[in-house]
Amino acid sequence: MTAIVDYGVGNLFSLQCSFGAIGEDAVVTGDPAVIRSADRVILPGVGAFADAAQKLKDTGLGDVVKAVAAAGTPVMGICLGMQLLFEKSYEFGVWDGLGLIAGDVRPIADVIPAALKIPQIGWNALQFKQDSPLFKYIHDGDFVYFVHSYYAANCADAVIADCEYGAPLTAAVQQGNVFGCQFHPEKSGDVGLAILRAFCELGVGA
Amino acid sequence: MITKRIIPCLDVRNGRVVKGVNFEGLADVSSPVALAEFYSSCGADELVFYDITASAEGRSLFADILTETAKKVFIPLTVGGGINTVADFDRVLKCGADKVSVNSGAIRNPSLIDEAAKRYGSQCVVLSADVKRVDGVFRVYAKGGRENTGMEAIEWIRSGVERGAGEIVLNSIDTDGVKGGFDLEMLRAVCDVVSVPVIASGGAGKIEDFITLFQTLPKVDAGLAASIFHFGEVAIADLKREMKRNNIPVRL
Repeated sequence: MTAIVDYGVGNLFSLQCSFGAIGEDAVVTGDPAVIRSADRVILPGVGAFADAAQKLKDTGLGDVVKAVAAAGTPVMGICLGMQLLFEKSYEFGVWDGLGLIAGDVRPIADVIPAALKIPQIGWNALQFKQDSPLFKYIHDGDFVYFVHSYYAANCADAVIADCEYGAPLTAAVQQGNVFGCQFHPEKSGDVGLAILRAFCELGVGA
Repeated sequence: MITKRIIPCLDVRNGRVVKGVNFEGLADVSSPVALAEFYSSCGADELVFYDITASAEGRSLFADILTETAKKVFIPLTVGGGINTVADFDRVLKCGADKVSVNSGAIRNPSLIDEAAKRYGSQCVVLSADVKRVDGVFRVYAKGGRENTGMEAIEWIRSGVERGAGEIVLNSIDTDGVKGGFDLEMLRAVCDVVSVPVIASGGAGKIEDFITLFQTLPKVDAGLAASIFHFGEVAIADLKREMKRNNIPVRL
């Protein structure tokens, strides 16, 4: 069973449906006991970093995610959920993340040409940087759907794929059993579902 | 490199897809869930559902269709039609919509854009504008293109982005249904004043119209159409292959 962590940020209906489409049992839950007993854990998120980080703290679910990651359970952050895995973010201030992966989150405006639109919205190609079990069923150059104004920086060791948007931007990361996707696999058609399928083959219940 | 998006639009009334010609004389086309699955499999980059139902019964039918679509289609879904309050945003987002498009509701109450952007983020708020030339001036029309609001369109769109709209759908009433190509002049005027993605709507009749759109106006991010896709006049797979042949970045 895969637990999708519900800490009051965003709408998790589509994400849950995407697991249904690959035949995987996924529950949306804010119950620490359910998250601890899950075979793998998804940390979703949309919106502002500070607000989400505060909610993870207030609900205590940030500590639960850290504990299951430390115990070896596969964890995947999606979009803002990926950004929350890092040490800190510079989105309207400086905010602490979960610190599961070394690096920080910075505005894409810092590195892309001024003529490009922010956020990056749309389909862009993955450029593989390292092998990862997440890529078992997809290919270098496959397209996925992005919506973001910030990106993970100073994390070269963890980057498994980037995308070109005037500059190479971090698209996916992995550090051991902790994974992150800046794009939305649940909105990236067959390629996105193939990434989720590969993730669901990790963990004890696989 | 970010790709140009091709977006089929499905007008839904009482659970069925319909498409008007210049917003009049609607004709039944097909099942929205089946059509959405078909388009997704053909390479559509995104889908738009417009709810043109007036009754509460139709609205609940629309919610069922959204939910069913979200279970089967895994590309971004924008929902519009009858969005007047933040509660309406909530209603369709819960059924699986990713973005919500506002039109007449924002004209009546422009602060709807601010409130929704604050609550759900700008990436969730699409400002859709129906625009027509009146005595040489671009004017905003409300109520599905039937009512001239008297507002100047370019300033309305610019102010909508300032309030927090994260994307613009520009539908030219002058070219809609004519199939003679997109309204490049009107689109250029909008692209000049906004920095968010602009989606062109109204006027596509053939593949070349999309090629001309993206080659003439590189700042346009996406092309939206309905009947030419619904009636098979343009196949999305053919369109995207032709875009690639013309060196337009595209997802294949």
